[in-house]
Amino acid sequence: MDTTITLHVDGEERVLTVDTRTTLLDALRDRLGSTSPKKGCDHGQCGACTVLLDERRVLSCLSLAVAHDGARVTTAAGLAARDELHPVARAVLDHDGLQCGYCTPGQVCSAVGMLAEAGAGWPSHATEDLTAAVELDDAEIRERMSGNLCRCGAYANIVAAIREVSG
Amino acid sequence: MTAPRTPAVGAPTARLEGPAKVTGTAPYAYEHPATDPLYLHPVLSTVARGRATVVHTAEAELLKGVHAVLTSANAPRLADTEDAEFAVLQSDEVAFRGQFVAAVVAETPETAREAAALVRVEYEERPHEVELDPGHQDLHTPRESDTGSPPDTRQGDVEAELARAVVLVDEVYRTPRQDNNPMEPHTTVALWETLPDRLTLYDSTQGVHTVRETMAAVFGLDPENVRVTAPHVGGGFGAKGAAKAHNVLAGLAARAVPGRTVKFALTRRHMFSLVGYRSPTVQRIRLGADAAGRLGAVVHDSTGLTSRVKEYVEQSGLCSRMMYAAPARATTHRLAALDVPIPFWMRAPGEAPGMFALETAMDELAEACGVDPVELRVRNEPGADPETGRPWSGRRLVECLREGAERFGWYERDPSPGPHRDGQWLVGTGVASAVHPRANNPGSVAEVEYGSDGRYTVSIGAVDIGTGARTALTQISAEALDCPVGRVRLRIGDSDLPGATVAGGSSGTSSWGTAVFEAVRAFRDEHGADPGPGARTRAEASHNPDLERYAMYSFGAHFAEVRVHADTGEVRVPRMLGVFSVGRVINPRTARSQLVGGMVMGLSAALHEHSVVDPRHGHVVNGDLAGYHVATNADVGGVEAHWLDETDPHLNPMGAAGVGEIGIVGMPAAIGNAARHATGLRVRELPLTPDRFLH
Ligand code: FES
Ligand code: FES
Repeated sequence: MDTTITLHVDGEERVLTVDTRTTLLDALRDRLGSTSPKKGCDHGQCGACTVLLDERRVLSCLSLAVAHDGARVTTAAGLAARDELHPVARAVLDHDGLQCGYCTPGQVCSAVGMLAEAGAGWPSHATEDLTAAVELDDAEIRERMSGNLCRCGAYANIVAAIREVSG
Repeated sequence: MTAPRTPAVGAPTARLEGPAKVTGTAPYAYEHPATDPLYLHPVLSTVARGRATVVHTAEAELLKGVHAVLTSANAPRLADTEDAEFAVLQSDEVAFRGQFVAAVVAETPETAREAAALVRVEYEERPHEVELDPGHQDLHTPRESDTGSPPDTRQGDVEAELARAVVLVDEVYRTPRQDNNPMEPHTTVALWETLPDRLTLYDSTQGVHTVRETMAAVFGLDPENVRVTAPHVGGGFGAKGAAKAHNVLAGLAARAVPGRTVKFALTRRHMFSLVGYRSPTVQRIRLGADAAGRLGAVVHDSTGLTSRVKEYVEQSGLCSRMMYAAPARATTHRLAALDVPIPFWMRAPGEAPGMFALETAMDELAEACGVDPVELRVRNEPGADPETGRPWSGRRLVECLREGAERFGWYERDPSPGPHRDGQWLVGTGVASAVHPRANNPGSVAEVEYGSDGRYTVSIGAVDIGTGARTALTQISAEALDCPVGRVRLRIGDSDLPGATVAGGSSGTSSWGTAVFEAVRAFRDEHGADPGPGARTRAEASHNPDLERYAMYSFGAHFAEVRVHADTGEVRVPRMLGVFSVGRVINPRTARSQLVGGMVMGLSAALHEHSVVDPRHGHVVNGDLAGYHVATNADVGGVEAHWLDETDPHLNPMGAAGVGEIGIVGMPAAIGNAARHATGLRVRELPLTPDRFLH
């Protein structure tokens, strides 16, 4: 069954017709030609498809497009404002937190979402004191970024990049 | 070369495609724009051996939006199927679980997937065998491998040396099946055009020219009429090092719908039967030494599996032929041919499992002799290559070990065997050597052209799979041309460009860089230092006689600190440090990332990776990223990669070796040796899961 929905992708209103089975990821990639969210597993196991829905990081392969009619989606491409890289993307580049680059847009979106979560005081498995403000040390960053796999093993540089932005 | 400019080679230039990658605008194969593409979804065999006697396609064909359902009954015959891996849908035989038995081409991915699920296959099942069990299987000696090395070698009087040994290590080491799992699943976007027949593939591959050659042969096309491009590739680690069955299936599907682009992305689960994997190994190592740990004999017998349809041998014993001095040595390789998917290259094929075995055995020898593990390796340093007698082009293992020990604080350890306790954690340190051949593969061609804008265009059909090759080759071009990096425009990733060897075996930068140097030399000979616009020259890398005169290897030393939880057996690696000898480093920024990435994959192999095959049905039970664990961010603690300041005068004009693989080699042994030091338990089988420490 097909349905017509509207998505606001990276600041642009897009009207599209999708199969009700179409994931948000496939809607972005196949229907709208957005190359930024990547498909690494299609099962919520790798994080390559991470985008921001409003300000929250979500796995777009686990979201059905029809469930997000009217939603505001930001991909790593949309984080860049007029040719200026987003500070997180800039830091990832400066620290060489990427190799093949396939996990990278997902890492960037995830980091942006994660920084907001930490800023809002959300604890993680690595948080010692659940009532105090979150201090993003390396253990916190590693834990909070572990939903984004990087087979090239760029983790240490990704952590360094996020540390720089959060510090 | 006179200008006192900052040399291009050696500068930490940022990845040229970095901005496109961090924003996600760099296009990978699937993302090649196409109008009205069709989508391919395959049907895979659900038995490990037999015949697909009937394939019921009627229901699938009736589904709205389906354009074609391919089976062995209707698929066109291929021109060349000598390589059985490419005989896709050419017969009803099933040789392994997860083989293509049908495929659907449809208007949307959802429809293609639904239709594929509607295809019903009846099988005539035959008995199968999928698990390596050397004690109970017919083993055969593999034919000479693609690297030209013999399966077995023997030097000196092995039996006498073993009999004479004061200290003997005789143990069996096991490594599991591992799957490469690059983050980008294998993808091919195919377009077939007619009059004349032409095939274009946008492919996630490590070698556009090898895929072109294979496709041309398989489809009986003139290579001129096959084009393969790969602008960006999401990792490969060997699994994208050659054409695979999915390329052929995509070609067949495209031929069924000429003029329409067909997109075919394997799912993560498909990858576990279709793109290669590392064979499990069972390796017996015998080391005979005198009381001081000086080796008299090194014996390395390695057994692995291969597929009945195509032979591939994991050459785990090669490292023991050259690593340490000993008057006698023997190495053997044996294979069990089973009803399994075809194994293939995975990062440092041979060396990675082989050095887990050898370097664990060396740790056992050090302990048995009461000699420090670093010192033991130093004592067994050979003056020339033990296998060939050739001089080394540069063997600096001892310096790697010494510098690593210094940086790591190795000698602060309590040398007594564990357990060593720190509260609830058992803590230890370990060391292992690393080795990888330095390669410079013949056959690459490069072209240099001077443009009216004052820039040089350097073209070569190389591929950047995340190694940083695009950046490194630009730097190499600038050095060869004696101009700033900004005046070089590099074109890669397209089989219409001059031919290049595959990005694999740590050979890319070395082989392609050699071709670039030759092309620049020829260009200058022809056009001088002040060329006119349009001046253009193409040249092939010429033969380097030093490749036969010297033994060329990169070396390294890994150090690791390991903590094993006394109650849960959880293994943590807070610290990894490697020092490497890899010739001149073209780009310290990207080289460090590759070395560190290799170390992280070594950590991943040490702690997690294991594809579990169901003996009843022949499939990988944990065939996705939830079940097949790879290292995550939280697994990685401190990780440092250092290298010696050096250049290899014999390997290539740059003096630089590839750095893609050496980082993974030896790391699992260093971690296992550290776990032994921590716990007192010796684990001779990967991965080091918690259960192994709970006795
Ligand atoms: S593609 Fe969505 S988590 Fe892997
Ligand atoms: S950069 Fe390749 S998977 Fe992360």
